[in-house]
Order: sequence, then structure tokens, then C-alpha cells
Amino acid sequence: MSQVIDHPKNAAIFNKDAERVSWHDKALWHVREKRDVSAASIPEWEELRSLASQIKKHTLSKLDHYLLEFEAKASANGIKVHWAEDAEAHNQIVASILKEAKATQVVKSKSMLTEECGLNHHLEAQGVSIIDTDLGERIVQLAGEHPSHIVLPAIHKKKEEVSALFHEKLQTEKGNNDPDYLTKAARKHLREKFMKAEAAITGVNFAVAETGGFVVCTNEGNVDMGTNIAPIHIACMGIEKLIPKMEHLGVFLRLLARSATGQAITTYSSHFHRPRKGQQMHLILVDNKRTEQLNRPKFRASLNCIRCGACMNTCPIYRRSGGHSYEHIIPGPIGSILSPGKDLKKYSSLPFASTLCGSCSNVCPVKIDIHTQLYEWRQIIGKEQSLNKTKRKINQWTGTLMAKPKAFHGFGKIARTSLRILPDALINNPLNVWGKQRDLPEAPKESFLEWYKNNEQHES
Amino acid sequence: MKVGLFIPCYVDQFYPQVGKATFRLLQHFGMQVSVPLQQTCCGQPMANSGFECESVKTLQHQFSLFADCEYIVAPSASCIMHIREMGEKDYLSPEDKAIAHRFLDFTEFMHRFKLIDQYEGQSQAKVVLHKSCHGLRGMGLGQCSESMTPADNLQLELLKKVEGIQMITPNRADECCGFGGTFAVSEEAISVRMGRDRLQDYISSGAEIITSGDMSCMMHLEGIIKREKLPVKVKHLAEILFESVHLHKKQAQHVASY
Repeated sequence: MSQVIDHPKNAAIFNKDAERVSWHDKALWHVREKRDVSAASIPEWEELRSLASQIKKHTLSKLDHYLLEFEAKASANGIKVHWAEDAEAHNQIVASILKEAKATQVVKSKSMLTEECGLNHHLEAQGVSIIDTDLGERIVQLAGEHPSHIVLPAIHKKKEEVSALFHEKLQTEKGNNDPDYLTKAARKHLREKFMKAEAAITGVNFAVAETGGFVVCTNEGNVDMGTNIAPIHIACMGIEKLIPKMEHLGVFLRLLARSATGQAITTYSSHFHRPRKGQQMHLILVDNKRTEQLNRPKFRASLNCIRCGACMNTCPIYRRSGGHSYEHIIPGPIGSILSPGKDLKKYSSLPFASTLCGSCSNVCPVKIDIHTQLYEWRQIIGKEQSLNKTKRKINQWTGTLMAKPKAFHGFGKIARTSLRILPDALINNPLNVWGKQRDLPEAPKESFLEWYKNNEQHES
Repeated sequence: MKVGLFIPCYVDQFYPQVGKATFRLLQHFGMQVSVPLQQTCCGQPMANSGFECESVKTLQHQFSLFADCEYIVAPSASCIMHIREMGEKDYLSPEDKAIAHRFLDFTEFMHRFKLIDQYEGQSQAKVVLHKSCHGLRGMGLGQCSESMTPADNLQLELLKKVEGIQMITPNRADECCGFGGTFAVSEEAISVRMGRDRLQDYISSGAEIITSGDMSCMMHLEGIIKREKLPVKVKHLAEILFESVHLHKKQAQHVASY
């Protein structure tokens, strides 16, 4: 049985360190501002978003067709294409490719899909050394943690913490917090891993049905380092990463980096079409409940996601609760609409980790109506969740009360009078969550409608 | 014009002065204002908690009260957004859907019928406009900082009509205050932290009064202000406008007496 995660509790723990919250908030807001400047530099930004959204919508409506086209083209190019129904099948395919080649030293570029599948753990259990080569991912890997953000995996860590971690794991100088020094140390450490690697695993940002090729975007060049040295390249992609034609790629490449970090384009957009001479190239197409989401009309658009992380950077809740509080591999607003589709009960607090402010939907480069989907998940949770009977009762009761004006106005009067005459200790007791850190509004003698009835009604 | 005045449940109970200011302003512009005494709530709190089904009766109750009004005005963008969104639901009757779309937020009403052009008022207050998320993104009452689609700042235009008012520009123009209805209770820690951050931004920008088209955001911020004894006040947009009209009239009388 899956454990129900408690976002409010996790977020409250994160909030105990007010200074860390400020720092986390500022760091991500800075990225959002960079994104704003970058998006504003493109006069056709909103048209680009619409175009991207339409391309995705079209692709998802004919996904079977495009997947088969992609498979045929990729196979003809010499790429070995595999299909995985779920995470376990994906991990077994990777493991069997490595086993056949007797490869035990593996480097991996950043891939949220392999995180989703728990690949590292699976391979490590079989004695394979798998090293994350994206700097942020390597930091969280050394710390034994998961990424807290999909583009900035170690954004929750301060440089002093990275320094202490590197001192412990990579024997860097104690107390040297210079980012340049630490980056160079990581680079040296990773270089050794690249040189020894017998296989390189990468994610896929976009796969093109028309050509059978795929593109991986990075800022560190680690994808190219890995795939150009290792004799085996295994690329892992969710089936929703497909786009129909090469001409569509530019639309997404222009949107991706601008939305993610405010860069015009990622430093490296590496195109792979066929294995080089003597190399094996594998590509695994992973479903893992994506077709289930595809079959939910209200939530289908969540599969438009190109994993830019812009919704996290803009989300005032994410910025103040930290990625780990979501306990899902994709945190933040987009994660909160993807996760209930995987396990409704376990992730039932996530659609409520939002004020429905709507900024996530506005910022999304592929126009996913994120806040509307959060609202829709709430309705499903309200209907299907049997564990929270109290919440249901309260809402039923409120619904009835509000439809009966006499009862409501009577109740209001009693509540206001109580607030006026009861001692503060009784009002701001632990049962009143509102009053923990906030005062309740002062209760007036007369409600507006009472005032109107007593003073104005006769005039109208 | 006969307009209905819809006063959200919490405004009725806790902020009657906001209801009065809206009522008086509508009268000031020559409206025949109808105030059904049986009105209660738009149903949004239940719907956002995942119980939209439990909110329908409440909403239909309001529709029945305002059926004969040409327009129904409320000093709350959030409730209006919710009512209009509910007006798209298939399970409502065509009559109810039509009524839902006659609900207008106060700012929208002022602009749609060009009442803003007739407005004269004055004030010396240092005011910051808190753009409530539902007003801003849900109703399109202003420019969203993350959106590249240009939009008019309808609430700001309204406030700028007040002669002498000093509008303060905060650091973050449109970040959520953390109220979010039941979010304020279910995610108490984050909610309060978000409110504190907003207040810090507004106070350090030099604002004396925080105003908004939604009293719900103000209720949350006021709760923190009072608890922490912060040097700033909250007022609904309609209150500022009404008080300014009043002040303007007094000044005009004062000048005329000479």
C-alpha cells in the first residue's frame, strides 16, 4: 500500500527555516525574471506558445501513428527500438542491454524519465556503477537525494552545503565554497568517469517521427561527452516526447530554454540519428501510465509538457515549499497534475498545494491549463476519496447552509456575536488554524444585509 | 439601469463597510440598486475544495434572487470569476447560464458603462494595488507579469482617477498573497509565509494602504498585519473610491463657500 504524502506537513517543515525559504524563493524568482526578459525579446512569443500547443495536441491525437512512423524510421537508421509498458520493463531492458555487453561502468545524462523509473537503484542492485553526469544531478546523487527541480536538480542546496558534500565525497578543500573551484573539481571527477564508461544513458527531449532521430538538450555538454566515448548509447524517452516533423523542432527549441532558464537556446542541442561506426544505439519508448493519462480528456494536455520547469519557478507555493515536499519525481504545479494519474490516493494532497493563482498556466510554453486541471483533480478526489469523510461532511453541510439564507444569516449572527464576546484565548485556540499566525477579522455588530434591511430597504 | 448588488458571504459578515461603499457608489452613478436580502454565497469555497457538486444549490439560489436584474455587480472578482466559470457547466439550465454571464465585477462594471469617465474624487493616500489572482488572471483586469499578451490595468486606471493619490509600485507586481480560500487553512504555513512576503514588499515600497478588488486577499493580509502590528492598512478598492468621492465633494463645497 502506498503511503499518502502530506504536502502541508512537508511544506511546514521546510518553512521552519525562514531564511532558507527566502533564499530558495529568490533564487527561483531570479530565474523567472530571466525567463520574462527572454520571452519578451520574441515579439511572437504568444503565437509560438499557441503553435507548440497545437503541434502537441495534434501529435497526441495521432500518437499511435507517429510512434509507428518513428519506430520504422529509427530502425531503418540502425537504432534498436524497444517498447516498455512500465518502469519495471524499462529497467529490465536497460539491464539486459548492459548485461549482454558485460558493461558495468555507466554514465548517465540528466533524464527525468530514468528518475521516474528508478533506474539507478535497479542497476546498482545488479552491481552496475551508474554515475549522473549533470552537475546538479551528480550533487544530489552524492547526497543520496532526488532532484528537487527538473531543470535545477540541486537548487535546494546552498554552495556551502555542496562544498561540504564534495569535501566528504570528492576530497576537495574543506570550507572552500568558491563555485568555480567546486565546478572544476566536479569536472575532473566526472572526466574520469566518462573515460571509463562502457555505456552512456541519455534522456530524450524531442524525437522526430519524420526522421527517426532524436534531440537531447543540455548546458554542460555531458551528453556528448558520454555518447561520444562509450560504445553503447541507450536513450530513454516517454512516448509523449514525439513531434511529427523536423520543421516543428525549432518551435520547441526556441521555447524550451527561454522558459527554463531564460537562455535563447540550450548550449548544446545534440541531434542523434544513427549509431556511429562500431557503436550500438538503443532507444526505449516508455509508456508507464501515459496512455492512461491520454485517455482522460480533461488531463490529456498534461502530456504536452516539455519539462522546462517554468511552472515551478513561477509557482509561489513551490518556491516556498521546496521540491522535496511534493515527494514526486516531477514536483510543482505540473507534477501535481501528473502524479494523481499515477496514484490518486498517494498524491491526493498535491492538487491542493496551490492557490489556483493561474500563473503556471500563463507561463507554460505549451499552454497546459495547469490550474484548471488542479481544480479538476480536486473534484475527482472529492468524489472518490473515501478516507476524508469529515471534509465531505463539512462541504455538504456548507452547501446546504448556503442554500438556506435564513439558516446562514442566523449562523453568521451567532458566529459574529461569539467572536465579539468570547475571550481571545477561546477564539485563537489550536483548533482554529486560521488564528495560529493570523487574527480573525473584527466582527461588526451589523452585517451588510442587516444594515441594509434596517436603514435602506424602505427607500428602494 | 437596474443593477443587483451581490455581496459575498464573508464581506456581508465581516466587512459591511465594503458593501456599503459599493452600494453608495452605484447610487452615486445613478443606478437603481436591488439588494435581495436572501443572498448568501457564490459556492466557490466548496467547489475549490473538490465539492463542486455540493455548491450548485447555493449558486442556483443566488440566480433565482437576481433573475430580474439587467446586471449583477459584486465587489469581488474572485466570486464573479467563479460564477461565470460555473456558467459554462453543462448541468446548468440555459436560463441559469444566461444569468451567470450577467454577473460583473465592480471594476468591470465601472469600465463597461464608462462610469470611470464620470468619476471625480481625491485623496492623499499612499496606496499599493494588490492584484488578486482571480481578478488579474481569471478576469483579465490587468497585465500579468508572466504573460506577453498586453492587457489594460483596469483597476489601476480606476485608482488613477483619484486626484492626488500616490500609487506605489511594489517589487513583485502580481504575486499571490497566499489566501486561496481553504488553502489559507489547509496549507497554513505556506499561506502565512506568502502573506508575510507580500506585506514586506508593500511596506518596504512605502505603501500606507493596500487595496484590492477582492476583500478575501485583504482579510488574509489584515490578519497578519493585526497579529504582527505592521504599519499598513487594508481597504477595498470601492472603499477608497467612495471615501475619495466624499472628500472631493467636501472640498468642492469648501471652495464654493468662499
